[in-house]
Amino acid sequence: MVDPAFAALGELAPEVTEETAPFWDGLAAGELRMEHCPACGSYQHPAESFCYACGSLSVEWQTVRGHGEVYSFIVVHQPYHAAFRDRLPYVVATVQLDEGPRMLGPIFDIDPSAVWIGMRVQPRIEAVSAERSALFFEPEHTGRRPDPSEGVAPAGGSVSAS
Amino acid sequence: MKGFSQRYCIVGVGQTKYGKVPGMSQLAHNALAIRAAMADAGLTTDDVDGVLTKAPTSTFPMLWAPKVAEALRITPRVTGTLDQAGASNIGLIQYAISCLELGQANYIAISYGDNPRSGTRTSYARPRGDDALAGVFGAPSSYAMVARRHMHEYGTTHEQLANVAITHRHHASMNPNAVFQDPITLEDYEQSRFVAEPFRLLDCCPVSDGGAAYIVTTEARAKDLAKPPVYVEGIGQGHPAWDFFRRGELATSGAKVSGEGAFRTAGLGPQDIDFCEIYDCFTIVPLITLEEYGFCAKGEGGSLYEDGHTRLGGALPVNTSGGLLSETGMPGTQLVVEAVRQIRGEGGSRQVEGAEVGLVSQQGGIMTTHSTMIVTKG
Repeated sequence: MVDPAFAALGELAPEVTEETAPFWDGLAAGELRMEHCPACGSYQHPAESFCYACGSLSVEWQTVRGHGEVYSFIVVHQPYHAAFRDRLPYVVATVQLDEGPRMLGPIFDIDPSAVWIGMRVQPRIEAVSAERSALFFEPEHTGRRPDPSEGVAPAGGSVSAS
Repeated sequence: MKGFSQRYCIVGVGQTKYGKVPGMSQLAHNALAIRAAMADAGLTTDDVDGVLTKAPTSTFPMLWAPKVAEALRITPRVTGTLDQAGASNIGLIQYAISCLELGQANYIAISYGDNPRSGTRTSYARPRGDDALAGVFGAPSSYAMVARRHMHEYGTTHEQLANVAITHRHHASMNPNAVFQDPITLEDYEQSRFVAEPFRLLDCCPVSDGGAAYIVTTEARAKDLAKPPVYVEGIGQGHPAWDFFRRGELATSGAKVSGEGAFRTAGLGPQDIDFCEIYDCFTIVPLITLEEYGFCAKGEGGSLYEDGHTRLGGALPVNTSGGLLSETGMPGTQLVVEAVRQIRGEGGSRQVEGAEVGLVSQQGGIMTTHSTMIVTKG
């Protein structure tokens, strides 16, 4: 069952290619999967047929925790796309993952003034259509399906119960 | 410029109308800007044998420069389009000089023209790759991410960002070609709506129609023309290249490497520069660029503006025509045109006194590319 709050984003899901299918399959299974290079040890995203760092062709998929910290963030007010209109203003963070890569992702359901550079975050995976799930972020230690009555995690790392 | 057998000059500059210009095609903005530059130099289509362009941002057509040549009824010996986005305007001058050095052409016209305001502007708010699901659309969001990081690392303030917009607008108020000529105050800035925090509307350049062009030739040929030549004494490039959010340091740009290259080839340093025309698509960019060029310490760009040094009459006037923020949102070609006019003393009420050495910066993408040029009176 797709949460109506996320269904509007379904149309934005990019086309799945042979290379990116494991990433999207992982999200559909509730996991963050990322390419790892056994030759040099680096992780990479988005997926490619080779390792960006050393050129090896034997990259493999791993399930990762995907926790990290906010490297920078913005608060979008401009209604660029109808799918985000009901969420304005919303936070988008550049997240430095513990695994190495950086990713862009929204942090929804949070007071923008509670977001800070250095704040720890974790993946929040939500279905955006019957077939597709997408990756967002939320404060670290937030429950995967927090009761909306619990509110949002304030700045400084105190968290809602999982 | 060190490394070449002779000196090279910009001998003509021209432009079309900036702002909202319905009824003028992309081709018209390019062809008519080049015609204006030819007239400025006292040249005709019989003289110009090279046509180089940066492709229009809004549509990015293939084989664009040959089409512009055809629109001028020129059969060029040299043509082509360079894709460094906003940095192409100087990259093309470097390419033109290489062609002149090799004897491949005599007078090379370089243009940029586009009509994203009256035509299609979808490319300006288009999500890049997977960024749509991340809620990142258009350049302001990405540059705002850069600005937030710079504010975090160096304590840059909203007031300092505002000062960039206010200073460049002050200069635009003396430029009859500028799209925005009404001076703005800190209060105006603070009352402009948020686009993507930390950016407000007045942190962002407008989307504008318009074209601009210049003609490059050898020193020997430059001496016989209508206007005094402006010498290209240094060019540098430096390209962060990676997608913005993957770069190790987000509060930096290619300006450091690019600037070092320009200063080295010119045999000059920051202390020799009389004025700057800095790519200012967003207020954060001139701060980072001026820091990396060595006009101040890293993180001190905001103070440079706050202390009034970058204002006309200050030690280092910046963006004397209003730049992208206020003259026109065109990606950088207008900055070269203004630098030439300043060196010639054609700045009118915005003329920098004793403008003999100017620096122009260009950059493209989300600080993905960067080029720098130093021009002199010779």
